[in-house]
Amino acid sequence: MADLLAGNETRPANLDPARSFQGLILALQQYWASWGCVILQPYDMEVGAGTFHPATTLRALGPKPWNAAYVQPSRRPKDGRYGENPNRLQHYYQFQVILKPSPPDLQELYLGSLRAIGVDPKLHDIRFVEDDWESPTLGAWGLGWECWCDGMEVSQFTYFQQVAGVECAPVAGELTYGLERLAMYVQGVDRVYDLNFNGRTDDKKVTYGDVFLQAEREYSKHNFEVADTAMLFEQFKMAESACQKYLAAGYDAGESAHDMALPAYDQCIKASHVFNLLDARGVISVTERQGYILRVRELAKACGAAWLKTEAGGAS
Amino acid sequence: MPDLLLELFSEEIPARMQARAADDLKKMITDRLVAAGLVYEGARAFATPRRLTLTVHGVPARQPDLKEERKGPKVGAPEQAIAGFLRAAGLTSIDQAKVQADKKGDFYIAVTEKAGRAAIDVIADMVPEVVRGFPWPKSMRWGAGRLAWVRPLHSIVATFGPETEEPEIVKFGIDGIAAGNVTRGHRFMAPGEITVKRFDDYVAALERAKVVLDPARRMDMIRADAKNLAFAQGYELVEDEALLAEVAGLVEWPVTLMGEFDKAFLDIPGEVIRATIRANQKCFVLRDPQTAKLVNKFILVANIEASDGGKAIVAGNERVIRARLSDAKFFYDTDLKTRLEDRLPKFSGIVFHEKLGTQAERIARITALAKELAPLVKADPAKAERAAQLCKADLLTEVVGEFPELQGLMGKYYAEAQGEDAAVAHASEDHYKPKGPDDLVPGDPVSIAVALADKIDTLVGFWAIDEKPTGSKDPYALRRAALGVVRLIVENKISIHLKAVFGLVQTLLIQFSFRPDHRRYEALAEMWDPQSQTEPTQSWNDPQRYWLLNGDGFLDRHAGDIGIHQIGDPDLSFDDEYEENYTQRVDAFAELTRRLRYLDSIDVHFMFESVIVDGTPKEPAVVSAFNVLKSEEFSRLALEKLSSDLLAFFADRLKVQLREQGARHDLVDAVFALSSSTSPWRGEVGERSSPGGGDRAEGARGQTSHPTPPLRGDPPPPGEGGSVQDDLLMIVRRVEALGQFLDTDDGKNLLAGVKRASNILRIEEKKDGKSFSGAPDAALLTEPEEKALAAAIDTAKSEASAAVAKEDFAAAMSAMAKLRPTVDAFFDKVTVNADDTALRDNRLRLLSEIREATRAVADFSKIEG
Repeated sequence: MADLLAGNETRPANLDPARSFQGLILALQQYWASWGCVILQPYDMEVGAGTFHPATTLRALGPKPWNAAYVQPSRRPKDGRYGENPNRLQHYYQFQVILKPSPPDLQELYLGSLRAIGVDPKLHDIRFVEDDWESPTLGAWGLGWECWCDGMEVSQFTYFQQVAGVECAPVAGELTYGLERLAMYVQGVDRVYDLNFNGRTDDKKVTYGDVFLQAEREYSKHNFEVADTAMLFEQFKMAESACQKYLAAGYDAGESAHDMALPAYDQCIKASHVFNLLDARGVISVTERQGYILRVRELAKACGAAWLKTEAGGAS
Repeated sequence: MPDLLLELFSEEIPARMQARAADDLKKMITDRLVAAGLVYEGARAFATPRRLTLTVHGVPARQPDLKEERKGPKVGAPEQAIAGFLRAAGLTSIDQAKVQADKKGDFYIAVTEKAGRAAIDVIADMVPEVVRGFPWPKSMRWGAGRLAWVRPLHSIVATFGPETEEPEIVKFGIDGIAAGNVTRGHRFMAPGEITVKRFDDYVAALERAKVVLDPARRMDMIRADAKNLAFAQGYELVEDEALLAEVAGLVEWPVTLMGEFDKAFLDIPGEVIRATIRANQKCFVLRDPQTAKLVNKFILVANIEASDGGKAIVAGNERVIRARLSDAKFFYDTDLKTRLEDRLPKFSGIVFHEKLGTQAERIARITALAKELAPLVKADPAKAERAAQLCKADLLTEVVGEFPELQGLMGKYYAEAQGEDAAVAHASEDHYKPKGPDDLVPGDPVSIAVALADKIDTLVGFWAIDEKPTGSKDPYALRRAALGVVRLIVENKISIHLKAVFGLVQTLLIQFSFRPDHRRYEALAEMWDPQSQTEPTQSWNDPQRYWLLNGDGFLDRHAGDIGIHQIGDPDLSFDDEYEENYTQRVDAFAELTRRLRYLDSIDVHFMFESVIVDGTPKEPAVVSAFNVLKSEEFSRLALEKLSSDLLAFFADRLKVQLREQGARHDLVDAVFALSSSTSPWRGEVGERSSPGGGDRAEGARGQTSHPTPPLRGDPPPPGEGGSVQDDLLMIVRRVEALGQFLDTDDGKNLLAGVKRASNILRIEEKKDGKSFSGAPDAALLTEPEEKALAAAIDTAKSEASAAVAKEDFAAAMSAMAKLRPTVDAFFDKVTVNADDTALRDNRLRLLSEIREATRAVADFSKIEG
């Protein structure tokens, strides 16, 4: 363990985090798995950030301890740049760690994870710079920092204070690593598409661009120009009403227990992503925008309330 | 005497909160020490990113003993009284009380002594209370605990003891954190535990463990190192105190390093480079002392002495800065590809304020106003118009989107780049000025015109929708805007009638912006149809005017086929079947003509020709139109009040400004008090009474009349009396002249005479219950002194008015001065309260004339002394 935390374990050269995008992911997984986190796979729905994964949003609520880490593909339709911007993407990866209650040595654990991917805090300038986090759609906020490495923001570090409108007690600590950005830093690459994905340096080398450039172009066109707004408006309404329906159906007679918080929350996630797509298409006015955000927040809050009535949410 | 050392060690405290937190800690602890009777000798507080530290020296080891005396009943008082006294004083027997004598006899006194506690125990109670109630701007919980702190609190050092002895640990705990004598050094360079005793060894131990406790010293170190690094290469540091303070709050051990970026980036304006490097990377920039231009170097401040001497850190920062500057260059180059005027259409979609319309509408107003103001400030109207059109365009550029603090400046660069006239380009930057009491006031006429237009439009607009500053709340910075107008006018010596300008802005607001909102002023005219959501066009031509009337309810909101013809040829014939509708139509017509009489003086007469309607009346439309009319409270008075309120707001800003320059505030009041009740911008508004066709005819004739009222006042026509005191420059000149006059003997004596006249008048007017204003009857003037006074008043009045008309206030004062001997003689020789009522009333009218005469220059009753 000590060796592992110091980043000294032996591994094939093409899994070196300083050379391989997937090596970086594997190193982080290895590190947090060694610590004892549940390593989950990405949630199978479109989300805007790793925080939306029920393993964070819902599990952050209630009294039960929870430690998990996972990669989450994140979709930000508005951030698409048709593959032309060196560091903006409409689809990218976040590595998400959630520890509840937040351990007292969380900062040290985080620094250990940097060592594990080859960032030596004695050689680099690591800084914790104030950053208050808020998600209006999730009814959530927390305090923490952006973590800087030599002037570059490489992670977000947040102590959740409230999620889905519910006060977090105990408090969960959340770490979010922007994987592409971190990889660009450790690989010394200025353009995301130039990242070495598999760590091979021979003719078997695969770059990030090989994997994702076409997708960025296609989805940028889709998100900005073609996405079927009539369908999306309809989908938003459908997801919203389905969410409400499942929430209502999940409560028992005395509203003391709930057995459908997760399916209901899926519809909340769906509504949120559909809203992001509509927003990218520019069909939501400034005044309407606030209304949509509030509607998603109401769903999130209701899902949070339902979750607290489930077993994993701490209801006995 | 003992010293206290207190350290609260936590995860990284936001830089912007550190200084305030150190002050709060010091105040909260020392206030409580003093309240507990522990008067200390001195205290200092410090902050680093990870700790708040307080040292208090010379704290007494114990609280003083407290002796409390309680007076009881008389000796021999009833048993019940004595028992009650014992209970209250906490005594068990009356023997414990002392007996004291006073005039009334002997009585009991209970003396309770409260022994002072050891200071260390008092502090042990005090610190947890301070920590729990600490006023962080935002605090948080962590783990499973309930304690709130700015970020997780890890440990507390609290020691107390005299210099000569081993200090003790102050024993307390907060949420499981026990106070002790152990802290830690630098997070990376000396993370081990450090045992400390008192402040001196604590500071030294931290220093050895790579922590500089004092933020002022960290700032000094960074400043000195940065300057040296720059100097060594022949450069000069671009100093930035705010950035320096922030950076000093991000490091415990500042290590200053220099990096560089590609020279090609120097094509970007220096301010953009600086903003990029400052905002995103918190680094300093350097310049060449010869040319004052930026060089391709920057200074970064790391928190660590890295094992490679900082090479990796510099390389990393250079990469980030390269990426950021690439973005900035891309933004800048992109911006240059679009001409500023081509950006303007986008403003139609950007709301300035939901009740004040879009940015496009606001720009249209500023443009129209700047063009009108141009001649008054000796600016070329065409240039002022162009400058106003372009002055906000940079808000839509990429660079300003990224760095809002560069608004205006980028506009100037882009205007220059596209070959605009220099004055037009500079107005983009300078029209925002002055941004505060210490900011420079622009002096170029084009900038002045646009700056005035921008600020006055903002003020009138927010006044119109009743968003005035209240108390400390001024979200739209209206005080700053008004002070800006005051300074622009006074420092550039611009003569301008503000009320006329306000009136013009009101018409512009109606013309371009107001949305339906059934409240007072906005209801003046609806500019778009809320049902169809049709946007108004920006021209004052056809559809706009159409809507104006539509808003008045006389056009069908959809078909537009009813109503307007009634203005020219109202069909008010009685109809048996629809008697109710008939009376409503008559009422509605009266209401509309009343409004139109007002609107007419704006521009409304143009509308009559341009609105085309066919003539089929529709009763439901008339009814609904009438309901709209009933629901809207519309009044010319609302407009007048608006102008007067706003002018009073300016007057307050001017008073503050004049007071700061040393002028007497009562003189300012005396001059402001002259405001008359004339209409804000046109004497005849609302005074015409002929209904119906008369207005139509006048409207049609009115094509030659311009909607704009006179902005630069010609001298008021004879007989109109004092003009509205809305010309700030004249007010300043009057205040100056008045001050000089009152410094002379003539001034002082005249003031005394006028005050005496006013006092007598006040008393007599109250007694008789009537006013004595009005010209005295010359036939009733008997005494030579009163004849002389009457003559002198006539002379003084006409001379003063003539002088005021020529804006020669010194001459006006001299004219007043001539009154003095006759006023003095009058009071010496003439009995005002004569037995003959006619004589008395006439003399009182004469006194009132003195007061009136002096009003040509100021309201003397407001002057103190």
